[in-house]
Amino acid sequence: MTHVQHLRPFLKKTPFHHRIEPLMMGNGWIRWQGYYSPAFYDSPQSEYFAVRNGASVYDVSPLIKYAIRGKDAARFANYLVTRDLTKVKPMTAAYTAWCDDDGRMIEEGTIFRLGENDFLLNAALHQLHWLSEASYGFDVDIAEVSEEVCGLSLQGPTSRDILKLMGVQGIEKLAHFGIMETMVDGHWLRVDRAGFTGDLGYELWVKPQDADWLWDTLFRIGDAHKIAPMGSQALDMTRIEAGFILVDADYTGAHHAVRPTNRVSPIEAGIGWAVALRKDQYFVGKRALQKEKAEGSSRHILIGVEIEGRKPAPGAFLYSDQAAKHELGLTTSAMWSPLLKKNIAFAKVPPSFAKPGTEMWTEIWYPKEHKIERSMVKCWATNRMFFDPPRKKA
Amino acid sequence: MNHGAYDAIVIGGGHNGLVTATYLAKAGQKVLVLEANEQAGGAAVTREFAPGYRTSAVAHILHALHPKIVADLNLTGHGLRSTTHQLGTTAMAPGGARIDITSDKAATMASIARISAKDATAYHPRMERLIRLAGALGSFILRTPPSPSPKENDFQTKLALGMFALQLRMMGKKDMLEMSRILTINVADLATDFFESDIVRGLLSFEATLGVYLGPRSPNTVFNLLYRLSSLGKSGMGGLFLPQGGMGAVVDALVKAATAAGVTIRTATPVAHALVEQEQAVGVVLANGDVIRAPVVASSADPQRTLLKLVEPGNLDVEFMKRIRHLRMNGCVAKLHLALDDLPEALRNSAGRIVVAPSINDVERAFDCAKYGRVSDKPALEVVVPTLADPSLAPSGKHVASVLYQYAPYRLRETTPDQARQQVLERGLDMLEQVAPGTKARVSASEVLTPHDLESQFGLSGGQWHQGEVTLDQVFFLRPAASFQQYRMPLPGLWLCGAGAHPGGNVSGAAGANAAREILKDLKKRRAA
Repeated sequence: MTHVQHLRPFLKKTPFHHRIEPLMMGNGWIRWQGYYSPAFYDSPQSEYFAVRNGASVYDVSPLIKYAIRGKDAARFANYLVTRDLTKVKPMTAAYTAWCDDDGRMIEEGTIFRLGENDFLLNAALHQLHWLSEASYGFDVDIAEVSEEVCGLSLQGPTSRDILKLMGVQGIEKLAHFGIMETMVDGHWLRVDRAGFTGDLGYELWVKPQDADWLWDTLFRIGDAHKIAPMGSQALDMTRIEAGFILVDADYTGAHHAVRPTNRVSPIEAGIGWAVALRKDQYFVGKRALQKEKAEGSSRHILIGVEIEGRKPAPGAFLYSDQAAKHELGLTTSAMWSPLLKKNIAFAKVPPSFAKPGTEMWTEIWYPKEHKIERSMVKCWATNRMFFDPPRKKA
Repeated sequence: MNHGAYDAIVIGGGHNGLVTATYLAKAGQKVLVLEANEQAGGAAVTREFAPGYRTSAVAHILHALHPKIVADLNLTGHGLRSTTHQLGTTAMAPGGARIDITSDKAATMASIARISAKDATAYHPRMERLIRLAGALGSFILRTPPSPSPKENDFQTKLALGMFALQLRMMGKKDMLEMSRILTINVADLATDFFESDIVRGLLSFEATLGVYLGPRSPNTVFNLLYRLSSLGKSGMGGLFLPQGGMGAVVDALVKAATAAGVTIRTATPVAHALVEQEQAVGVVLANGDVIRAPVVASSADPQRTLLKLVEPGNLDVEFMKRIRHLRMNGCVAKLHLALDDLPEALRNSAGRIVVAPSINDVERAFDCAKYGRVSDKPALEVVVPTLADPSLAPSGKHVASVLYQYAPYRLRETTPDQARQQVLERGLDMLEQVAPGTKARVSASEVLTPHDLESQFGLSGGQWHQGEVTLDQVFFLRPAASFQQYRMPLPGLWLCGAGAHPGGNVSGAAGANAAREILKDLKKRRAA
């Protein structure tokens, strides 16, 4: 990742930057929404095992955050996203998609309901223009508040113990996707129980001036609980195991698809469960999604596949037959899972092949001593959440 | 309170709303028309503007009322006398230059020959060709625009499209190439190409820019010209007419036809918004809070008023709303009504309709002002004297002049609407005085309606006469927006039946008739299912 060195002068530093920088053994910076972000500290493998066995800390400050407030905020937010927010109580969060007119997904992310008419939307890509367009006629105030708070994602089996030791009162009672605000050592702290690793985990938000305090406290207390900083490469491994899709990796956002046909619906992106077609309010793209559902016109579904062997298969073709006569689709994200000891991938397949257990064939091309070899192996449709420990929600 | 029992509610009792209502009622539907103003008619009413003086409040020349609609609804039987007073056009310029264009070809040529012999010979062949070309476009006026996705078109629409293509083909190679050449260009180029005299070129520039926020050198103006000329062929009335009793007479006949067909019309009943339940329009909520239900809600209000105001936020998609918000609706024609003690010589001797647009540059300079948000210093004018067709519009021996003032833009920069109103009066009278000396002294009362007034009094968003400019990007299957051209709005149960839908403005009734046909088609399909 050192090839982005030339970008150095242009990138902003998050409030945690000067704590992260001394730990970067490989100078593995990447750019994330205009900020320096660590791809890895020392080795992605050790960071991966740290998060799966202890706890990891990942700087999520660059996430883009939008505050949606005002008289009509609840009605507007529910119009904007596909989930039914009437079922999301204040101080809880929900994972959701939001779509364009045609029911094609612009992005997906987490919406936090802080109050009856007070929402915070976290997105990977800039959305202000779309939010402003969508808010026409509503009495809402939409503002980007990305730099008002900074955050660390604390994920892994020991994360709760660390927070308990840190003195976060009531952390045991915080349910999956719950939000709490508290004071610790005189510092304002917001905790939500969500994350991108599919494990027990929390996101911790503080005022920028409290960044050092949060980092230092976590590492002082967490040392005995195998705490370690993590970069995005290890995070990417965990999110694939967890079955979480990523914009531009697993689908093309509707607003930057060069070919309109490349836009996908949330149903096609495999998060149909997050589309509340029965919600008692219209939302952007609902009529198009109802039509897709009624007509069964989804072109493909993003599912999980388990693949024979150990060769990772990103961007590999899937066929219904070994002779590769009938092409089904492509894999997107793929990896060998060190924890599960399985060769896993996400794959776009026709809906009729999405049923778990369906057998298909994968064509993997891989380099071997300056030659490209081809391997045709079996794979099986499966639930995309390969890693889903009970402690995630317990 | 639930009045119930209606099959359809039509919002807005303008001519299109009444046409839709009457067609639906004739097909057995129980229809309610809700009009916000004290009288039905929308922008096609005759109003008193000074004690004893009445005139068509907005549109003042009838030329596009579709003959099929007149026949279908028996408007003549209901008292419409629309073709008794045909108008010719007199183009006048300060300094005395003038040409008279009437149905008398020889006289027209003689009048043009006084200025240019070349133009005199060129005039009729050129204009007849334009009308012929316009006629090919006009054949689609009473048809539903096809959807760009072929499978969504029913057989009738496909047939109509096929006939349209055939008709274009039948024009012959020369006409078809000419059509392709001129369809998108500006009228200044066309006029320069066709004629040599300033006054004929100016007249053509005026005809091509009237009602659009464009100058003669703006692309799209030839299309606007063809659109206007299409009514002079088979799909219109074949000429310009002053109806007996003003434009309100058309509405009076429509009201009679509607009432005879069983339509209930409630005036002074403004609608607050559409009633939406389970993502369908199921009726309306009146400004007084009353709820009236009906499975069909057809709005003859303009697309912006219908979709941005009458539909509450959160019921339509984002990009669609944006398209509607961005419709070009910058009205730029003001109306000036004059009560005259007597007619000045120039007005008395005209062919009936006077156009003051001395040259291409005069019209372009008038537009320059509008471009920068000002009322034109030297406007282009169209003047008619309705009392010549119907003396009862003014006290005995007195007259009314009805003037279109181009340009007085809706979007003003440093001028306030009150200043704009004053400027229209002063500058309009100054210009009129130059071509018809003695006008000013004879004015006993006046009324000015700027686009702001048209919006506040007649509900026309942006004061746009045609509920959205009629330009290539806002017509046919793009009116009011791509994919929503077949009168059905994205909110099920809501229909658009006014000029904001295909084929657009003018007192033609075509949009209303087309919408009614589509509504009935839908009902039939639903009954069959």
